[in-house]
Amino acid sequence: MSGHSTYNPTTGFGKFMDSRLPIARLIHDSFVSFPVPRNLNNFYTFGGILMVMLVSQIVTGIVIAMHFTPESTMAFDSVHLLRRDVSYGNTLQSWHAVGASMFFVAVYIHIFRGLYYGSYKAPREVLWILGVVIYLLMMATAFMGYVLPWGQMSYWGAQVITNFFSAIPLVGDTVREYLLGGYAVGNATLNRFFSLHYLLPFMIAGIVILHVWTLHVTGQTNPTGVEVKSKQDVIPFTPYATVKDAFAMVVFMIVMCYFVFFMPDYLGHADNYIMANPLKTPAHIVPEWYFLPFYAVLRAVDFNIGIPFTEIVLIDSKLGGVLAMFGAIAVLFFVPWLDTSDVRSANYRPMYKIFFWLFVANAVFLGYLGSRPAEGIWIPLMKASTFAYFFHFLVIMPLLGWFEKPLPRPASITDAVLAKAGNGGSSHIEGATAEPQSKG
Amino acid sequence: MSEAHASDVTRRDFLYIATGAAGAVAVGGVAWPLVSQMGPNEREKAAGGPVEIDISAVEPGMLITVIWRGKPYFIRHLTETEVASAKQAPEADFIDFDTADARIAAVEGADAEWAIVAANCTHLGCVPTKVDTGLEGWICPCHGSKFDVTGRVMKGPAPTNLPLPPFVFATAEKLVIGADKAGA
Amino acid sequence: MKTVFTKFAVRISAVLVASSLAVAGSTLSLSAADEEGGTVHYPLQKPMEQSWSFSGPFGHYDKAQLQRGLKVYTEVCAACHSMRLLSYRNLGDLGYSEQQIKNYAAEYDVIDGPNDDGEMFERPAKPNDRFKGPYANDKEAISANNGALPPDMSLLAKARAPERGFPTFIFDIFTMYAENGSDYIYSLLVGYPEEAPDGVEVQDGLHYNPYFVSGSALAMAPPLSDELVEYDDGTKATMEQQAKDVTAFLAWAADPNLNDRKQRGFIVILFLLIFAGLLYFTKKKVWSDVAH
Repeated sequence: MSGHSTYNPTTGFGKFMDSRLPIARLIHDSFVSFPVPRNLNNFYTFGGILMVMLVSQIVTGIVIAMHFTPESTMAFDSVHLLRRDVSYGNTLQSWHAVGASMFFVAVYIHIFRGLYYGSYKAPREVLWILGVVIYLLMMATAFMGYVLPWGQMSYWGAQVITNFFSAIPLVGDTVREYLLGGYAVGNATLNRFFSLHYLLPFMIAGIVILHVWTLHVTGQTNPTGVEVKSKQDVIPFTPYATVKDAFAMVVFMIVMCYFVFFMPDYLGHADNYIMANPLKTPAHIVPEWYFLPFYAVLRAVDFNIGIPFTEIVLIDSKLGGVLAMFGAIAVLFFVPWLDTSDVRSANYRPMYKIFFWLFVANAVFLGYLGSRPAEGIWIPLMKASTFAYFFHFLVIMPLLGWFEKPLPRPASITDAVLAKAGNGGSSHIEGATAEPQSKG
Repeated sequence: MSEAHASDVTRRDFLYIATGAAGAVAVGGVAWPLVSQMGPNEREKAAGGPVEIDISAVEPGMLITVIWRGKPYFIRHLTETEVASAKQAPEADFIDFDTADARIAAVEGADAEWAIVAANCTHLGCVPTKVDTGLEGWICPCHGSKFDVTGRVMKGPAPTNLPLPPFVFATAEKLVIGADKAGA
Repeated sequence: MKTVFTKFAVRISAVLVASSLAVAGSTLSLSAADEEGGTVHYPLQKPMEQSWSFSGPFGHYDKAQLQRGLKVYTEVCAACHSMRLLSYRNLGDLGYSEQQIKNYAAEYDVIDGPNDDGEMFERPAKPNDRFKGPYANDKEAISANNGALPPDMSLLAKARAPERGFPTFIFDIFTMYAENGSDYIYSLLVGYPEEAPDGVEVQDGLHYNPYFVSGSALAMAPPLSDELVEYDDGTKATMEQQAKDVTAFLAWAADPNLNDRKQRGFIVILFLLIFAGLLYFTKKKVWSDVAH
């Protein structure tokens, strides 16, 4: 951040407002003159894409809520009345459902980008933690939203997820009853999930404001990991970042529209087209794809943990699975301190770079495992993959700081850019991190 | 050199304008479905079809209220005195004058005359109360508008007469509201 | 730009290859586990892939086929299966006139009321009524069918989707394969063998079918046979033809807006491609004075 505002109101009204409610100044400083590193690549556009996705989910959500009946005997039919009889109803409903998936696609790319370029390191720890909070809220929102259409997967998903809380020793069952508003998932559950599903996105929006605020205090990272040092290193947000983000957004929307209009059911689950039936569990119950890695972690713990050579069980397999699953998310909060390296960007960390891609592969594989039944070879694979997940954060990240020999880093962003331009783009910097885009 | 520069400027302006225009189209394209979904849905529209009413039991002087498209309508079997006073009433008595003949419906051959009007006051939508004081047919309880037996407004604040719905007598005993042709 | 994406693509494919090797390895060992008596997964056989008029980016329903399908539904399926999300007026999509729909609806009596005397009464159905099911409620349906509930058919073509497996489910994105439910229904309808294979015990009252999604046998007896219905358009009513037509009808019932949806999608994506092109050149222009 440049420190002082460059906003200069010219009209009388502008001057009047600026000394009373300087909202135009705020917008100007945040989205017009805000300095961004000149070397950001396309992976840095996902923050903007996520903001658009949040707005898109809120807008379509408000609109389809106008046709939804949060009552257990009518919810399913009301969704299908919306899809069949309301003008553009099926497009809006698909947009909201596919939108949830695309929101997670974008957030995963955003998180992996952060992990690759060390965006969590000082002074951006709070920025990162707020991001993890947003991710958690997104998961809660997505889960409760998935319950609303009251299909078989909605119902049984709610059944399974709320049972996590019954794993809490002593008070678990009571906690679950209070969560459900009954002895089982039912009308009261549907009502409160609707209420909360409507509320949480606005809480997300609030934290997004804090997330962006911290970003604007610390400034953005960039592929070199070297902090901004001079005015040469930065360019104003508008028009440079604006037009770049807009282009990326439209490309992202093309992918989304492909699913919305041509494969609206691909990312969902067929069983959710059957109305909820408390007497019959579907043969394979799996969460939506974006929860699959955590579902695999949950099921990897199928053993009790006790004092060796005695019968005493300290943590039974149910609690163990739930703890591991929440641990898999909680560990993200500590990433800023688990990573001991001084070097920010993986471009200059040859070993971390390898481990990073192994981690990505493992996370994808963990997701695949989450969709497999808990039987046969899949169980040991889930265990191995879960172990690798935690090993990356708890062992590799802290140790690499000591063992790794980082590559020499450029003195400044401008140096890096000019060096690359100098040798015609065939720089030693590889892959996704090389050129952000072709030269104009 | 300067010529090349000038053409570059026009090309750039064209590009920027085209991009901006496409952005405006995108915004419109997003807004349209969001607005369009607000209208009545297909089920609602189909439910708005004509309704058939059996009027055989409605004696002179009686009034029934029926629902079409979720709104109430009055079907009033007029007495001979009511018809006579409506036809004689001077134009000056009314705010939005229309002839009584235009507002009284009858089935050919049958000896019965009807006032068939919307039951929501044209002021702010309350349902007027039936009164039997000669020419006066209804008084609105909300703001005091008065209507004659054929639904013509005699005293404000209602600005216009109670509207006539489309209707047709399928037979002397069967009235269809919502269609102006038999068999529809 | 090109180099970035090539390199990125290499990365991604490396990740995918690594994962698929792992999966392939584990699949091998899994089949070994099966032989040792592991859990059996249904369906025993994958659905037979058919060609449908409504598949692909320009796919749309064939009205004549839907009309034939309606006939099969009305004369065969409707004896046990309800269709409660559909209204008679929806048959307009199949090309029927208002009068034809009125006549079709009027063949069913629905309960309405209460009337002015406070009593419920029966009247012929109208176009805006929902399809009348064969049973008053699920309990009656279950008791009439030896304890098995014939599922409602209004969303059946979307509600059945046997797993595609890796890596097919990835290819499906690019081939736009979305007819899993239709292939399943068709396969089930024509997939009853004369007799269950040797060594397979079939419970009394059940019928062996390797395509059934949640077991090796189901309560429904083979519902179709050659010449079971007579088509008005002269099409020969083989069992396969009837199965195909009624499946298309069910696909329409589950997704009546498919034609509009695909058309809309085509326009939207075409527009977005143009918009993306304009933005790309605008971006190039804007960034032309900055090395980055």
